[in-house]
Amino acid sequence: MIDGFLALYIFMLAAFTGYEIISRVPVILHTPLMSGSNFVHGIVLVGAMVALGHAQTPLETAIGFLGVLLGAGNAAGGYVVTERMLEMFKSSKKAEGK
Amino acid sequence: MMAAFLPTLVKASYFLAALLFILGLKRMSSPRTARGGIVWAGAGMLVATLATFFLPGMHNLPLIAAAIALGTLAAWISGKRVAMTAMPQMVALYNGMGGGSAAAIGAGELLKFGAGEAASTTQLVLGVVGALIGAVSFSGSLIAFAKLQGWMDRRFVFAGQRFVNALVFLAALAAGAALVAGRLEVGVVIAFFALALAFGVMMTLPIGGADMPVVISMYNAFTGLAVAFEGFVLQNEAMIIAGMVVGAAGTLLTQLMAKAMNRSLANVLFGNFGAARGEAQ
Repeated sequence: MIDGFLALYIFMLAAFTGYEIISRVPVILHTPLMSGSNFVHGIVLVGAMVALGHAQTPLETAIGFLGVLLGAGNAAGGYVVTERMLEMFKSSKKAEGK
Repeated sequence: MMAAFLPTLVKASYFLAALLFILGLKRMSSPRTARGGIVWAGAGMLVATLATFFLPGMHNLPLIAAAIALGTLAAWISGKRVAMTAMPQMVALYNGMGGGSAAAIGAGELLKFGAGEAASTTQLVLGVVGALIGAVSFSGSLIAFAKLQGWMDRRFVFAGQRFVNALVFLAALAAGAALVAGRLEVGVVIAFFALALAFGVMMTLPIGGADMPVVISMYNAFTGLAVAFEGFVLQNEAMIIAGMVVGAAGTLLTQLMAKAMNRSLANVLFGNFGAARGEAQ
């Protein structure tokens, strides 16, 4: 069980981690990073799976199903779009090397 | 024996996923390593999702698999087919889905608490706040998507808009406070979500298309926070850490993007009201 203060410590440390990761990022990477972090919060899928997995009533099941559907869309879509954005960095790097 | 071992294994996989997310984002923040970063984060997602199937006491497994297959397929195909120029609105769309998912988790948990499941006050408060932020991010992102997609090319502005928006927001807060105070009835839950969704729509409607990337980045941070808060309600460490990292990174990124446009965030969000008044004169 994570109590209030333990959660507060986790929130604080995770927030500093996120802040530090972004703090010195070039402008060209703003959009890919937004897309990449959009993918990372697709972890909401895991929570939606737990919610659907413990649903009792038909209403809870319907809400849980919707949650899993949307969460999977967030994760899969976020991955594809980020990968396609970052592909452009590969080709430009090769061109520089030549 | 096996039943005692499995939860530890799932927890370990969540730890691994959180680690891979942070390392992946770190790699994505430098042009040389950016491409590998998404693969690291993707591996983390795969591990966490597969492990969750092995949590003890889970029902509806075929239904879960069907929903994942359907959501993944639809998003994968749409993400692959879309033109490179249409990427920002796809990010908005997928981000909205994440916010909707967090709101759905919040709704489900609130209904369970209403049906008598025990909850601490902290869980109740964070569940309500997370659901509010998630719902705003969901409807706001969908409007951002519609605007960038060209389905809604006119800004929607009327006199006293800021006042009306503030009223809707306060009404949503009041419904949320009623839920926290223990009035966990289905009617109050529905009113709470209707108001939160309406606020997301009304907040985004007056903002012009050129400012949308900043707004999408802000909703991205919102969804991260919503995921972290619902993660606390579900006692899920991976959601808490990944959500909070994105919440903080997204907030900073939003400020950097606004700065790159020589604007402040407040100017992006509310500046158009001055412009509208100027047009009317």
